[in-house]
Amino acid sequence: MTLRDVVITGVGAVTPLGVGARVLHERWTAGACGIRDGEAPCTDFTVTDHLTSKEARRADRSTQLAITAGDEALADAGWADELPYDPELIGCVLGTGIGGISTLENNHDSLHNHDSLRDSGPGAVSPLAVPLMMSNAGSAALSLRHRLRGPVFSVVSACAAGSHAIGTALRMIQHGEAEAMVTGGAEAPLTPLSRAAFGNMNALSPSGISRPFDARRDGFVMGESAGVLVLENGDSARARGARILGTLRGYGSTGDAHHITAPHKEGRGGARAMSIALSDSGLTPEDVDYVNAHGTSTQLNDRAETLALKLALGERAAQIPVSSTKSAIGHLLGAAGAVEAVATLLALRDRIAPPTIGWEEPDDGLDLDYVPGAARPLKMSNGRPPIALSNSFGFGGHNATLCLQAA
Amino acid sequence: MATKTTPQDIETTVMQSLAQFGADPDALTREATLEEVDVDSLDLVELTQVVEDAYDIDLENADFKKVKTVGDVIDLVVERVG
Repeated sequence: MTLRDVVITGVGAVTPLGVGARVLHERWTAGACGIRDGEAPCTDFTVTDHLTSKEARRADRSTQLAITAGDEALADAGWADELPYDPELIGCVLGTGIGGISTLENNHDSLHNHDSLRDSGPGAVSPLAVPLMMSNAGSAALSLRHRLRGPVFSVVSACAAGSHAIGTALRMIQHGEAEAMVTGGAEAPLTPLSRAAFGNMNALSPSGISRPFDARRDGFVMGESAGVLVLENGDSARARGARILGTLRGYGSTGDAHHITAPHKEGRGGARAMSIALSDSGLTPEDVDYVNAHGTSTQLNDRAETLALKLALGERAAQIPVSSTKSAIGHLLGAAGAVEAVATLLALRDRIAPPTIGWEEPDDGLDLDYVPGAARPLKMSNGRPPIALSNSFGFGGHNATLCLQAA
Repeated sequence: MATKTTPQDIETTVMQSLAQFGADPDALTREATLEEVDVDSLDLVELTQVVEDAYDIDLENADFKKVKTVGDVIDLVVERVG
Protein backbone atom coordinates (compact mmCIF):
# COMPACT_ATOMS: atom_id res chain seq x y z
CA MET A 1 0.00 0.00 0.00
CA THR A 2 1.34 3.41 -0.93
CA LEU A 3 0.66 5.92 1.81
CA ARG A 4 -0.41 9.43 0.93
CA ASP A 5 2.01 12.26 1.64
CA VAL A 6 0.89 14.70 4.32
CA VAL A 7 1.69 18.40 4.22
CA ILE A 8 1.42 21.15 6.81
CA THR A 9 -0.51 24.19 5.57
CA GLY A 10 -1.18 26.17 8.73
CA VAL A 11 0.23 26.69 12.22
CA GLY A 12 -0.93 28.50 15.33
CA ALA A 13 0.40 28.88 18.84
CA VAL A 14 -0.21 30.68 22.11
CA THR A 15 2.92 30.49 24.24
CA PRO A 16 4.77 32.29 27.03
CA LEU A 17 6.55 34.22 24.26
CA GLY A 18 3.27 35.67 23.00
CA VAL A 19 0.21 35.01 20.87
CA GLY A 20 1.12 33.61 17.47
CA ALA A 21 3.27 30.91 15.94
CA ARG A 22 5.60 33.35 14.26
CA VAL A 23 5.98 35.34 17.48
CA LEU A 24 7.17 32.12 19.13
CA HIS A 25 9.62 31.38 16.32
CA GLU A 26 11.04 34.89 16.04
CA ARG A 27 11.39 35.48 19.76
CA TRP A 28 12.95 32.09 20.53
CA THR A 29 15.33 32.50 17.61
CA ALA A 30 16.28 35.93 18.99
CA GLY A 31 17.06 34.36 22.37
CA ALA A 32 14.01 35.61 24.30
CA CYS A 33 12.81 33.66 27.33
CA GLY A 34 9.19 33.57 28.53
CA ILE A 35 9.97 32.25 32.02
CA ARG A 36 9.09 34.55 34.95
CA ASP A 37 9.47 33.64 38.62
CA GLY A 38 10.02 29.98 37.86
CA GLU A 39 6.97 29.51 35.64
CA ALA A 40 6.05 30.08 32.02
CA PRO A 41 2.55 31.61 31.78
CA CYS A 42 0.97 33.02 28.63
CA THR A 43 0.96 36.58 30.00
CA ASP A 44 0.16 38.17 26.62
CA PHE A 45 -2.99 36.08 26.23
CA THR A 46 -6.22 37.92 27.08
CA VAL A 47 -9.11 35.57 26.57
CA THR A 48 -11.65 38.30 25.73
CA ASP A 49 -9.50 39.32 22.74
CA HIS A 50 -10.26 35.94 21.17
CA LEU A 51 -13.47 34.48 22.61
CA THR A 52 -16.91 35.82 23.49
CA SER A 53 -17.81 35.74 27.17
CA LYS A 54 -20.02 32.72 26.52
CA GLU A 55 -17.28 30.85 24.66
CA ALA A 56 -14.83 31.66 27.45
CA ARG A 57 -17.23 30.44 30.17
CA ARG A 58 -17.68 27.17 28.34
CA ALA A 59 -13.94 26.47 28.12
CA ASP A 60 -11.24 25.65 30.63
CA ARG A 61 -8.13 27.78 30.15
CA SER A 62 -6.43 24.91 28.29
CA THR A 63 -9.32 24.89 25.81
CA GLN A 64 -9.27 28.68 25.52
CA LEU A 65 -5.64 28.43 24.46
CA ALA A 66 -6.46 25.60 22.01
CA ILE A 67 -9.31 27.56 20.40
CA THR A 68 -7.08 30.60 19.91
CA ALA A 69 -4.19 28.61 18.44
CA GLY A 70 -6.71 26.73 16.28
CA ASP A 71 -8.21 29.93 14.88
CA GLU A 72 -4.73 31.08 13.91
CA ALA A 73 -3.81 27.76 12.30
CA LEU A 74 -7.00 27.57 10.23
CA ALA A 75 -6.63 31.17 9.07
CA ASP A 76 -2.98 30.47 8.24
CA ALA A 77 -4.09 27.52 6.09
CA GLY A 78 -6.54 29.75 4.23
CA TRP A 79 -9.53 28.06 5.86
CA ALA A 80 -10.92 31.11 7.68
CA ASP A 81 -13.92 31.61 5.38
CA GLU A 82 -14.63 28.12 4.18
CA LEU A 83 -13.43 24.56 4.77
CA PRO A 84 -11.71 23.28 1.60
CA TYR A 85 -13.02 19.70 1.94
CA ASP A 86 -16.16 17.85 2.96
CA PRO A 87 -16.36 18.48 6.75
CA GLU A 88 -16.89 14.74 7.25
CA LEU A 89 -13.38 14.24 5.90
CA ILE A 90 -11.76 16.73 8.30
CA GLY A 91 -11.03 15.60 11.85
CA CYS A 92 -9.35 16.90 14.96
CA VAL A 93 -6.98 15.12 17.33
CA LEU A 94 -5.45 17.10 20.19
CA GLY A 95 -3.19 16.00 23.00
CA THR A 96 -3.21 16.97 26.66
CA GLY A 97 -1.50 15.77 29.80
CA ILE A 98 -3.91 16.76 32.55
CA GLY A 99 -6.83 18.39 30.69
CA GLY A 100 -9.01 20.88 32.55
CA ILE A 101 -7.23 20.66 35.86
CA SER A 102 -8.05 24.21 36.98
CA THR A 103 -11.76 23.47 36.46
CA LEU A 104 -11.38 20.29 38.49
CA GLU A 105 -9.59 22.11 41.31
CA ASN A 106 -12.08 24.98 41.47
CA ASN A 107 -15.04 22.62 41.61
CA HIS A 108 -13.34 20.46 44.19
CA ASP A 109 -12.91 23.59 46.30
CA SER A 110 -16.63 24.35 45.93
CA LEU A 111 -17.47 20.81 46.94
CA HIS A 112 -15.47 21.22 50.13
CA ASN A 113 -16.83 24.51 51.34
CA HIS A 114 -14.17 26.92 50.20
CA ASP A 115 -16.66 29.01 48.24
CA SER A 116 -18.13 31.54 50.63
CA LEU A 117 -20.59 32.96 48.09
CA ARG A 118 -22.64 29.84 47.68
CA ASP A 119 -23.81 26.85 49.60
CA SER A 120 -21.06 24.28 49.73
CA GLY A 121 -21.25 20.59 49.01
CA PRO A 122 -22.40 18.77 45.90
CA GLY A 123 -24.93 21.48 45.03
CA ALA A 124 -22.15 24.00 44.56
CA VAL A 125 -20.40 22.03 41.83
CA SER A 126 -20.93 23.65 38.43
CA PRO A 127 -23.04 21.86 35.83
CA LEU A 128 -20.30 22.93 33.42
CA ALA A 129 -17.58 21.08 35.35
CA VAL A 130 -17.61 17.92 33.25
CA PRO A 131 -17.61 19.52 29.79
CA LEU A 132 -14.85 21.88 30.91
CA MET A 133 -12.55 19.42 32.67
CA MET A 134 -12.84 16.44 30.33
CA SER A 135 -9.51 15.77 28.62
CA ASN A 136 -11.20 15.71 25.19
CA ALA A 137 -12.59 19.24 25.65
CA GLY A 138 -10.02 20.77 23.29
CA SER A 139 -10.76 18.58 20.28
CA ALA A 140 -14.49 18.86 20.97
CA ALA A 141 -14.26 22.67 21.03
CA LEU A 142 -12.34 22.89 17.75
CA SER A 143 -14.70 20.42 16.10
CA LEU A 144 -17.75 22.45 17.21
CA ARG A 145 -16.25 25.79 16.29
CA HIS A 146 -15.16 24.80 12.80
CA ARG A 147 -17.79 22.10 12.08
CA LEU A 148 -15.19 19.34 11.75
CA ARG A 149 -17.09 16.06 11.45
CA GLY A 150 -14.36 13.52 10.69
CA PRO A 151 -12.50 11.59 13.42
CA VAL A 152 -12.51 13.82 16.53
CA PHE A 153 -10.94 12.85 19.85
CA SER A 154 -8.05 13.61 22.16
CA VAL A 155 -5.06 11.56 23.19
CA VAL A 156 -3.49 11.45 26.62
CA SER A 157 0.14 10.41 27.12
CA ALA A 158 1.52 12.93 29.61
CA CYS A 159 4.31 14.99 28.08
CA ALA A 160 4.28 13.05 24.80
CA ALA A 161 0.61 13.79 24.05
CA GLY A 162 1.13 16.63 21.58
CA SER A 163 3.41 14.51 19.39
CA HIS A 164 1.17 11.46 19.69
CA ALA A 165 -1.79 13.58 18.56
CA ILE A 166 0.09 14.83 15.49
CA GLY A 167 1.34 11.34 14.66
CA THR A 168 -2.18 9.95 14.98
CA ALA A 169 -3.52 12.68 12.69
CA LEU A 170 -0.76 11.86 10.18
CA ARG A 171 -1.88 8.22 10.07
CA MET A 172 -5.51 9.21 9.51
CA ILE A 173 -4.63 11.15 6.37
CA GLN A 174 -2.07 8.58 5.19
CA HIS A 175 -4.68 5.85 5.42
CA GLY A 176 -7.49 7.86 3.84
CA GLU A 177 -9.69 8.23 6.92
CA ALA A 178 -9.46 11.99 6.50
CA GLU A 179 -8.45 14.50 3.84
CA ALA A 180 -7.25 16.95 6.47
CA MET A 181 -6.74 17.07 10.21
CA VAL A 182 -6.52 19.86 12.75
CA THR A 183 -4.08 18.63 15.38
CA GLY A 184 -1.78 19.65 18.20
CA GLY A 185 -2.05 20.01 21.93
CA ALA A 186 -2.99 22.28 24.81
CA GLU A 187 -2.17 22.52 28.49
CA ALA A 188 -2.89 24.98 31.29
CA PRO A 189 -1.30 23.38 34.36
CA LEU A 190 -0.31 26.43 36.42
CA THR A 191 -2.56 25.56 39.36
CA PRO A 192 -1.94 24.95 43.07
CA LEU A 193 -2.48 21.18 42.80
CA SER A 194 -0.20 20.57 39.84
CA ARG A 195 2.48 22.88 41.26
CA ALA A 196 2.43 20.88 44.50
CA ALA A 197 2.18 17.51 42.78
CA PHE A 198 5.03 18.01 40.30
CA GLY A 199 7.00 19.89 42.96
CA ASN A 200 6.72 17.17 45.58
CA MET A 201 7.98 14.53 43.17
CA ASN A 202 11.07 16.72 42.66
CA ALA A 203 10.33 17.20 38.96
CA LEU A 204 10.23 21.01 39.12
CA SER A 205 13.32 23.20 39.12
CA PRO A 206 13.98 24.71 42.57
CA SER A 207 16.11 27.41 40.90
CA GLY A 208 13.27 28.23 38.51
CA ILE A 209 15.67 28.07 35.56
CA SER A 210 15.14 25.88 32.52
CA ARG A 211 18.60 25.02 31.17
CA PRO A 212 18.37 21.75 29.30
CA PHE A 213 21.57 19.71 28.94
CA ASP A 214 23.54 22.09 31.21
CA ALA A 215 25.39 20.48 34.15
CA ARG A 216 23.47 22.73 36.59
CA ARG A 217 20.00 21.67 35.37
CA ASP A 218 17.76 20.90 38.34
CA GLY A 219 14.28 20.13 37.00
CA PHE A 220 11.72 21.50 34.60
CA VAL A 221 9.91 24.81 34.61
CA MET A 222 6.18 24.33 34.07
CA GLY A 223 4.45 26.33 31.36
CA GLU A 224 1.08 26.68 29.64
CA SER A 225 0.43 26.82 25.90
CA ALA A 226 -1.38 25.51 22.89
CA GLY A 227 -0.03 24.63 19.48
CA VAL A 228 -2.17 23.65 16.50
CA LEU A 229 -1.24 22.51 12.98
CA VAL A 230 -3.38 21.96 9.90
CA LEU A 231 -2.38 18.80 8.03
CA GLU A 232 -3.68 17.99 4.55
CA ASN A 233 -3.41 15.21 2.06
CA GLY A 234 -0.57 16.50 -0.14
CA ASP A 235 -2.34 15.93 -3.48
CA SER A 236 -5.48 17.70 -2.28
CA ALA A 237 -3.51 20.64 -0.87
CA ARG A 238 -1.57 21.06 -4.10
CA ALA A 239 -4.78 20.77 -6.15
CA ARG A 240 -6.37 23.61 -4.21
CA GLY A 241 -3.24 25.72 -4.57
CA ALA A 242 -2.54 25.80 -0.85
CA ARG A 243 0.63 27.39 0.47
CA ILE A 244 2.60 24.45 1.81
CA LEU A 245 4.80 25.11 4.83
CA GLY A 246 6.36 21.68 4.99
CA THR A 247 5.85 17.95 5.05
CA LEU A 248 5.20 15.70 8.01
CA ARG A 249 7.43 12.91 6.79
CA GLY A 250 6.91 10.31 9.50
CA TYR A 251 6.31 9.34 13.07
CA GLY A 252 7.55 6.80 15.57
CA SER A 253 6.02 5.80 18.88
CA THR A 254 7.30 3.37 21.51
CA GLY A 255 6.92 2.39 25.16
CA ASP A 256 9.80 1.98 27.60
CA ALA A 257 8.13 -0.60 29.89
CA HIS A 258 10.82 0.41 32.34
CA HIS A 259 9.55 2.77 35.07
CA ILE A 260 6.44 4.82 35.80
CA THR A 261 8.29 8.15 35.62
CA ALA A 262 11.98 7.64 34.82
CA PRO A 263 13.13 7.16 31.23
CA HIS A 264 15.17 4.08 30.37
CA LYS A 265 18.73 4.87 31.48
CA GLU A 266 20.23 4.21 28.06
CA GLY A 267 17.35 5.91 26.27
CA ARG A 268 16.41 2.76 24.40
CA GLY A 269 12.72 3.58 24.05
CA GLY A 270 13.44 7.10 22.86
CA ALA A 271 16.05 5.83 20.42
CA ARG A 272 13.59 3.36 18.93
CA ALA A 273 11.00 6.11 18.49
CA MET A 274 13.55 8.14 16.51
CA SER A 275 14.65 5.15 14.40
CA ILE A 276 11.05 4.23 13.62
CA ALA A 277 10.23 7.84 12.69
CA LEU A 278 13.19 7.86 10.30
CA SER A 279 12.38 4.55 8.63
CA ASP A 280 8.71 5.59 8.47
CA SER A 281 9.94 8.66 6.57
CA GLY A 282 12.16 6.61 4.24
CA LEU A 283 15.22 8.37 5.64
CA THR A 284 18.49 7.54 7.40
CA PRO A 285 20.38 9.38 10.17
CA GLU A 286 22.53 11.13 7.53
CA ASP A 287 19.40 12.94 6.31
CA VAL A 288 18.73 14.66 9.64
CA ASP A 289 19.78 18.33 9.77
CA TYR A 290 18.39 19.34 13.18
CA VAL A 291 16.85 17.81 16.29
CA ASN A 292 14.31 19.60 18.45
CA ALA A 293 14.98 17.72 21.68
CA HIS A 294 12.50 16.92 24.42
CA GLY A 295 15.24 18.49 26.63
CA THR A 296 13.28 19.07 29.84
CA SER A 297 16.15 20.33 32.03
CA THR A 298 15.80 17.34 34.35
CA GLN A 299 18.85 15.27 35.24
CA LEU A 300 17.30 12.06 33.99
CA ASN A 301 15.71 13.14 30.71
CA ASP A 302 18.59 15.11 29.30
CA ARG A 303 21.10 12.33 29.97
CA ALA A 304 18.84 9.57 28.63
CA GLU A 305 17.89 11.64 25.59
CA THR A 306 21.53 12.34 24.76
CA LEU A 307 22.22 8.59 24.88
CA ALA A 308 19.08 7.93 22.83
CA LEU A 309 20.24 10.37 20.15
CA LYS A 310 23.60 8.61 19.94
CA LEU A 311 21.93 5.20 19.79
CA ALA A 312 19.51 6.24 17.05
CA LEU A 313 21.71 8.53 14.96
CA GLY A 314 25.19 7.12 15.58
CA GLU A 315 27.99 9.49 14.51
CA ARG A 316 25.43 11.83 12.98
CA ALA A 317 24.26 12.81 16.50
CA ALA A 318 27.45 14.78 17.12
CA GLN A 319 27.39 16.49 13.72
CA ILE A 320 24.02 18.23 13.93
CA PRO A 321 22.51 20.93 16.16
CA VAL A 322 20.22 19.71 18.97
CA SER A 323 18.28 22.37 20.86
CA SER A 324 15.40 22.55 23.32
CA THR A 325 12.44 24.94 23.01
CA LYS A 326 11.92 24.38 26.75
CA SER A 327 14.88 26.69 27.42
CA ALA A 328 12.65 29.54 26.17
CA ILE A 329 9.14 28.55 27.24
CA GLY A 330 9.52 25.81 29.84
CA HIS A 331 7.82 22.45 29.78
CA LEU A 332 4.26 22.59 28.43
CA LEU A 333 3.45 18.96 29.31
CA GLY A 334 0.85 17.68 26.81
CA ALA A 335 1.19 20.79 24.63
CA ALA A 336 4.98 20.52 24.39
CA GLY A 337 5.17 18.26 21.34
CA ALA A 338 2.66 20.39 19.44
CA VAL A 339 4.27 23.75 20.17
CA GLU A 340 7.69 22.27 19.47
CA ALA A 341 6.52 20.86 16.13
CA VAL A 342 5.36 24.36 15.18
CA ALA A 343 8.68 25.87 16.32
CA THR A 344 10.67 23.18 14.49
CA LEU A 345 8.81 23.67 11.22
CA LEU A 346 9.27 27.45 11.25
CA ALA A 347 12.96 27.05 12.13
CA LEU A 348 13.43 24.65 9.22
CA ARG A 349 11.72 27.12 6.88
CA ASP A 350 14.22 29.80 7.92
CA ARG A 351 17.12 27.30 7.76
CA ILE A 352 18.04 28.12 11.31
CA ALA A 353 18.78 26.23 14.54
CA PRO A 354 17.35 28.19 17.51
CA PRO A 355 19.46 28.14 20.69
CA THR A 356 19.26 26.24 23.94
CA ILE A 357 19.05 29.40 26.01
CA GLY A 358 21.18 29.45 29.14
CA TRP A 359 23.37 26.47 28.25
CA GLU A 360 26.83 27.21 29.60
CA GLU A 361 28.28 24.31 31.61
CA PRO A 362 28.84 21.00 29.87
CA ASP A 363 28.00 17.85 31.83
CA ASP A 364 29.96 14.59 31.67
CA GLY A 365 28.76 12.58 28.70
CA LEU A 366 26.38 15.27 27.50
CA ASP A 367 28.60 16.23 24.60
CA LEU A 368 26.33 16.99 21.66
CA ASP A 369 26.01 20.37 19.96
CA TYR A 370 23.20 21.91 22.01
CA VAL A 371 23.37 25.26 20.15
CA PRO A 372 24.55 27.39 23.07
CA GLY A 373 24.43 31.17 22.98
CA ALA A 374 22.59 32.14 19.84
CA ALA A 375 20.69 30.76 16.87
CA ARG A 376 22.78 29.80 13.90
CA PRO A 377 22.17 28.90 10.26
CA LEU A 378 21.53 25.23 9.51
CA LYS A 379 24.24 23.49 7.51
CA MET A 380 22.44 21.42 4.92
CA SER A 381 23.93 18.15 3.77
CA ASN A 382 22.61 18.53 0.24
CA GLY A 383 20.36 20.74 -1.83
CA ARG A 384 17.01 19.52 -0.52
CA PRO A 385 14.92 21.37 2.10
CA PRO A 386 16.10 20.61 5.65
CA ILE A 387 14.77 17.77 7.78
CA ALA A 388 14.35 17.59 11.57
CA LEU A 389 13.28 15.20 14.27
CA SER A 390 11.17 16.47 17.17
CA ASN A 391 11.15 14.33 20.32
CA SER A 392 8.58 14.04 23.10
CA PHE A 393 8.83 11.67 26.04
CA GLY A 394 6.20 11.28 28.76
CA PHE A 395 5.79 9.83 32.23
CA GLY A 396 4.66 6.26 31.81
CA GLY A 397 7.50 5.57 29.38
CA HIS A 398 5.72 7.04 26.36
CA ASN A 399 8.01 8.10 23.50
CA ALA A 400 7.00 9.85 20.30
CA THR A 401 9.14 11.32 17.54
CA LEU A 402 7.97 13.34 14.55
CA CYS A 403 10.00 13.82 11.37
CA LEU A 404 9.37 17.15 9.61
CA GLN A 405 10.75 18.69 6.42
CA ALA A 406 10.46 22.29 5.25
CA ALA A 407 8.75 22.86 1.89
CA MET B 1 -34.58 34.78 53.90
CA ALA B 2 -36.04 37.46 56.12
CA THR B 3 -37.44 39.82 53.49
CA LYS B 4 -40.11 38.71 51.03
CA THR B 5 -38.94 38.01 47.51
CA THR B 6 -40.79 40.05 44.89
CA PRO B 7 -41.32 39.05 41.25
CA GLN B 8 -39.10 41.99 40.36
CA ASP B 9 -36.27 40.52 42.46
CA ILE B 10 -36.61 37.25 40.59
CA GLU B 11 -36.65 38.94 37.20
CA THR B 12 -33.46 40.80 38.13
CA THR B 13 -31.77 37.58 39.29
CA VAL B 14 -32.73 35.68 36.11
CA MET B 15 -31.71 38.52 33.79
CA GLN B 16 -28.39 39.06 35.57
CA SER B 17 -27.64 35.34 35.55
CA LEU B 18 -28.38 34.92 31.85
CA ALA B 19 -26.23 37.95 31.07
CA GLN B 20 -23.46 36.49 33.18
CA PHE B 21 -23.75 33.24 31.21
CA GLY B 22 -23.04 35.22 28.04
CA ALA B 23 -26.42 36.39 26.70
CA ASP B 24 -26.37 39.88 25.18
CA PRO B 25 -27.80 42.17 27.94
CA ASP B 26 -29.37 44.49 25.35
CA ALA B 27 -31.26 41.59 23.77
CA LEU B 28 -32.51 40.25 27.11
CA THR B 29 -36.20 41.12 27.32
CA ARG B 30 -39.14 39.13 28.66
CA GLU B 31 -40.36 38.62 25.10
CA ALA B 32 -37.03 37.32 23.70
CA THR B 33 -37.02 33.59 22.96
CA LEU B 34 -34.27 31.55 24.58
CA GLU B 35 -32.96 30.75 21.11
CA GLU B 36 -32.72 34.44 20.22
CA VAL B 37 -30.56 35.15 23.24
CA ASP B 38 -28.51 31.97 22.79
CA VAL B 39 -29.64 30.34 26.04
CA ASP B 40 -29.36 26.55 25.84
CA SER B 41 -29.92 23.58 28.12
CA LEU B 42 -26.60 24.04 29.91
CA ASP B 43 -27.49 27.65 30.69
CA LEU B 44 -30.79 26.49 32.12
CA VAL B 45 -29.14 23.97 34.44
CA GLU B 46 -26.77 26.71 35.61
CA LEU B 47 -29.72 29.02 36.15
CA THR B 48 -31.53 26.28 38.05
CA GLN B 49 -28.61 26.05 40.43
CA VAL B 50 -28.63 29.81 41.00
CA VAL B 51 -32.35 30.15 41.70
CA GLU B 52 -32.51 26.99 43.81
CA ASP B 53 -29.76 28.44 46.00
CA ALA B 54 -31.27 31.92 46.07
CA TYR B 55 -34.90 31.03 46.74
CA ASP B 56 -34.74 27.56 48.30
CA ILE B 57 -36.88 25.92 45.63
CA ASP B 58 -36.54 22.75 43.56
CA LEU B 59 -36.71 22.70 39.78
CA GLU B 60 -36.48 19.69 37.49
CA ASN B 61 -35.50 19.49 33.83
CA ALA B 62 -39.11 18.68 33.02
CA ASP B 63 -40.22 22.02 34.44
CA PHE B 64 -38.50 23.74 31.52
CA LYS B 65 -40.30 21.71 28.84
CA LYS B 66 -42.83 24.41 27.95
CA VAL B 67 -40.49 27.33 28.46
CA LYS B 68 -39.95 29.36 25.27
CA THR B 69 -39.10 32.91 26.28
CA VAL B 70 -37.10 34.64 28.98
CA GLY B 71 -40.42 35.74 30.48
CA ASP B 72 -41.54 32.10 30.69
CA VAL B 73 -38.42 31.30 32.73
CA ILE B 74 -39.05 34.21 35.08
CA ASP B 75 -42.72 33.24 35.50
CA LEU B 76 -41.76 29.64 36.26
CA VAL B 77 -39.46 30.72 39.06
CA VAL B 78 -41.96 33.26 40.41
CA GLU B 79 -44.64 30.54 40.50
CA ARG B 80 -42.38 28.17 42.43
CA VAL B 81 -41.29 30.78 44.93
CA GLY B 82 -45.00 31.45 45.44
